[in-house]
Amino acid sequence: MSTKTKKGTGGTLSVLWQGITRSPSGFTGMCIVVAILAFVFLGRFLVDHDNPTDPDALWLPMSGEHWLGTNFEGKDTFTKLVLGGAEPIWVGALAAAITVVVAVILGALAGYLRGRFDDIVLQATDITMTIPFITVLIIVASYFRNISPLMVALIIGLLTWPFLTRSIRAQVLTLKEREFIEAAKLQNLGTTRVVFVDILPNMAGYIFINFIIAVTNAIYAIVGLYLLGLLPSTAENWGLMIQQAWQNSAYLLPRALPFLLAPLAMIALFQVGLVLVTRSLEQALNPRLRER
Amino acid sequence: MPEQTESAPLLELSKCEQIFRTKRGDVRAVAGVDLEVRPGKVLCLVGESGCGKTTTARAAAGLTRPTAGWVRYKGEDVNTMDSASRQAFREAVQYIHQDPYASLNPVRTVYSTVTAGLRRHKLVKTRTEARAKAAELLELVDLTPAESYLDKYPHQLSGGQRQRVAIARALAMGPQVLIADESTSMLDVSIRVSLLNTLGRLRDDLDVGFLFITHDLAVAKYFAWDGEIAVMYLGEIVEQGPTPQIINDPQHPYTKALISAVCEPDPRLAREKKTVRLRSSEIPSLTALPSGCTFHPRCPLFEPGLCDASAPPLSLINGDARRLACHVVARDHGPARAGAN
Amino acid sequence: MREPILSVRDLSIVYRTGRRTSVTAAQDVSFDLYPGQSMALVGESGCGKTTLGLGLLRLLPRLGQVSKGEIVYRLKDGMSVDITGLAKEELRRFRWHEAAMVFQGAMNSFNPVLRIGEHFTDTLRSHEGEKRRTRAEITARATELLSMVRLEPERVLKSFPHELSGGMKQRILIALALALEPQVLVLDEPTTALDILTQRSIVEQLHELRERLGFAMIFITHDLGLAAELADRVATMYAGRIIEKGSAEDVFYEPRHPYTVGLIKAVPPVIGDLPELSSIAGSPPSLADLPSGCSFHPRCEWAVDACRETVPSLTVLTPRGEDGGHAAACLRAGDIEYTRKVVARA
Repeated sequence: MSTKTKKGTGGTLSVLWQGITRSPSGFTGMCIVVAILAFVFLGRFLVDHDNPTDPDALWLPMSGEHWLGTNFEGKDTFTKLVLGGAEPIWVGALAAAITVVVAVILGALAGYLRGRFDDIVLQATDITMTIPFITVLIIVASYFRNISPLMVALIIGLLTWPFLTRSIRAQVLTLKEREFIEAAKLQNLGTTRVVFVDILPNMAGYIFINFIIAVTNAIYAIVGLYLLGLLPSTAENWGLMIQQAWQNSAYLLPRALPFLLAPLAMIALFQVGLVLVTRSLEQALNPRLRER
Repeated sequence: MPEQTESAPLLELSKCEQIFRTKRGDVRAVAGVDLEVRPGKVLCLVGESGCGKTTTARAAAGLTRPTAGWVRYKGEDVNTMDSASRQAFREAVQYIHQDPYASLNPVRTVYSTVTAGLRRHKLVKTRTEARAKAAELLELVDLTPAESYLDKYPHQLSGGQRQRVAIARALAMGPQVLIADESTSMLDVSIRVSLLNTLGRLRDDLDVGFLFITHDLAVAKYFAWDGEIAVMYLGEIVEQGPTPQIINDPQHPYTKALISAVCEPDPRLAREKKTVRLRSSEIPSLTALPSGCTFHPRCPLFEPGLCDASAPPLSLINGDARRLACHVVARDHGPARAGAN
Repeated sequence: MREPILSVRDLSIVYRTGRRTSVTAAQDVSFDLYPGQSMALVGESGCGKTTLGLGLLRLLPRLGQVSKGEIVYRLKDGMSVDITGLAKEELRRFRWHEAAMVFQGAMNSFNPVLRIGEHFTDTLRSHEGEKRRTRAEITARATELLSMVRLEPERVLKSFPHELSGGMKQRILIALALALEPQVLVLDEPTTALDILTQRSIVEQLHELRERLGFAMIFITHDLGLAAELADRVATMYAGRIIEKGSAEDVFYEPRHPYTVGLIKAVPPVIGDLPELSSIAGSPPSLADLPSGCSFHPRCEWAVDACRETVPSLTVLTPRGEDGGHAAACLRAGDIEYTRKVVARA
């Protein structure tokens, strides 16, 4: 029955799309992710960016005017929630993109070329993997004090590439033994073309899944850093909200709870959405699971 | 054949040897093989799996470097030639894999697969030209109407169609030699014949030389009738000569066994045919080769003291165009002619 | 006239392919198999021959089922039974005892973590019914079976599957299938994927075993050479139907269906003259989308207008021999000539 499953599946994109849309959990996940992205990136055009402090309106409960109440400075919690999502998400995506780009290039070339280049890359991954990246982030963040979100993305990206590099290298090692790669070599197509045009597209789905996983990891890292108060408290940010809620003991005051729980819920939901999406994608791309 | 003036060989293997080093010891996959492929001619390499056919073919295609001996293209050693000649060799000698399901990139269209080499080496300038050239190549391998195949992905094609695409890709480079490794063995009977007929046209009309590898003597007979058959056993050639001679009058007991093992599609002939009973049906391991003639533990002509003592040389047999490596047959047919290599 | 050991009548097998869709993989198949006879089911991949083979023992996968017709076996005790109506437990008793199957791909038919001896124990025990054999009895029987297929029992019984060659595994599978002395053996591509000399030894082995044990045999193959070597009778399948059947001689020397003619013309012989080989134009139809009338008509050089409309039934041409002699399902069976052009003389 293998011919039947092969029929009707076009390129990787359509496999991915079907993987998401055909599984109920994947579809739910995608809806959650899209909804949060819309909330964060479209919502910011609809709310008042000033959101002034108001000493007369500290810790107001939920109401028609303040949907989620106000915080310790009297700022509107809902507005903060809308504005605070952009940074963790784009920093996470950027960090993941850096990880994936570095890992794909190094991993693919190392696996394909072997030899000295491979040795050097493997050495580098070994060394980098021994560096605990949260610790490095904490040290860097506490040393520089005014570290920019871009820096955070860069540090996360540059410290997490080894894991993906290794698995991409391993995949390339098996793929390059496949006959169609040998056939491409017989045509004298050149290394770059064989690696980036013949090999990598065959792993596109795998790379995409790893990108999403990297996004989730990076978001956790950023939120964690804010929670520890190690990043500058200037921008609007879910992580910062949680930290401030914690510092101001919002958990002791029932009407202040939304300020603590709303950002937590957003992060959790976003991560759950991404995990559901990756799960269904993994199933779509794993031929053994697909045949069932 | 003496009446024909033989053209110079395009591809030559001489004393080609391939030893793989493994944990269990050295594996001598190919042991000093001499072969020549000439334009428009077929050299058919036959034998059981594990006899070194594929290893020989891969060395001939420059995919592996023999541990000893030479592979020469137009007289030049392919492993020491300069990069310009190497490039010319790469393009002139193409390899067709056995499994058409594995040899095409699943994410590339037929057009992309067939024209990759042409585009890379700037042999076509525009996309229109590339598509026209691709269509021409597909027609050459009988994939018509060619236009309807250009934008298909491998998974939309049958095994036979895929194999044709693989051949079209090889032809794009304008090869002078095609090395076909069991390229028809995975296909259904009818598709196999139509593919063989296509390849036969390339041989006759385009003067492509073939190194054709198969385990099926009947296919060898059909495709290499005007050419030669070389029978391989455990890395060595045991009998080689013009196809009609080898098929109709095999001399080496291994060749006889192979030919008599073919299932004849004719019930009466099949019933009357005498099959050669080997003393053992198991092929020895390459890591523990028997002494003397490596075929002796299975050979029905085995003579103790003669066959297990020394390896028989591959030499010309009296009044024949064939070479043979068998102590017993050589003795019974008179001495080998002087000057045999 | 002796009685057939297996009679198949109007058998159709349907695969469910979706909630509301299905394909008919075998349609209106009828034939008789007589004791000790050997029949080849030949055809290209996808013609339904494997489905039919599995159907004969009701070993179809979950989505496949017999939709019509009967499969009647004459049992060892002389009774006849239509296995399309058997319950699970009865079927289990029927298989191996009365009929057994050797599956395609000897490599994958073994549990890799069990020694060969344990495979024999499993087979013999699970089909034993009331009296349970002792370990010694099982070893004795396994030894007997393995020596029958010319293997060294002591070594083989202790081996794991991966320690054995493909040819040895195929022999073991045959030995296992014969363990309970079935009267009918169904083999799916018994020699495919084996080396040529190993193929030959399996062929000889099957000849020998059949002579000695007298079982009847149905083997499924795409290799006409194998059919010529092993079969008393040949049935050609195309798009789920048997389109020609007859004695091996009739089918090979006087094929009367254009598809059989095409298959024979595509097979190179190794003995004698070199004939011209030709292929059948086009490719086999999808079972889900069969052409009207005779499903072979789009590829047939003999086709006339009537072929587009009428589904030809299997019609007896020469009544010699058992199971209706030589029959073909072709409107123009009387006109079909089979000639071969010789390219080179031997």
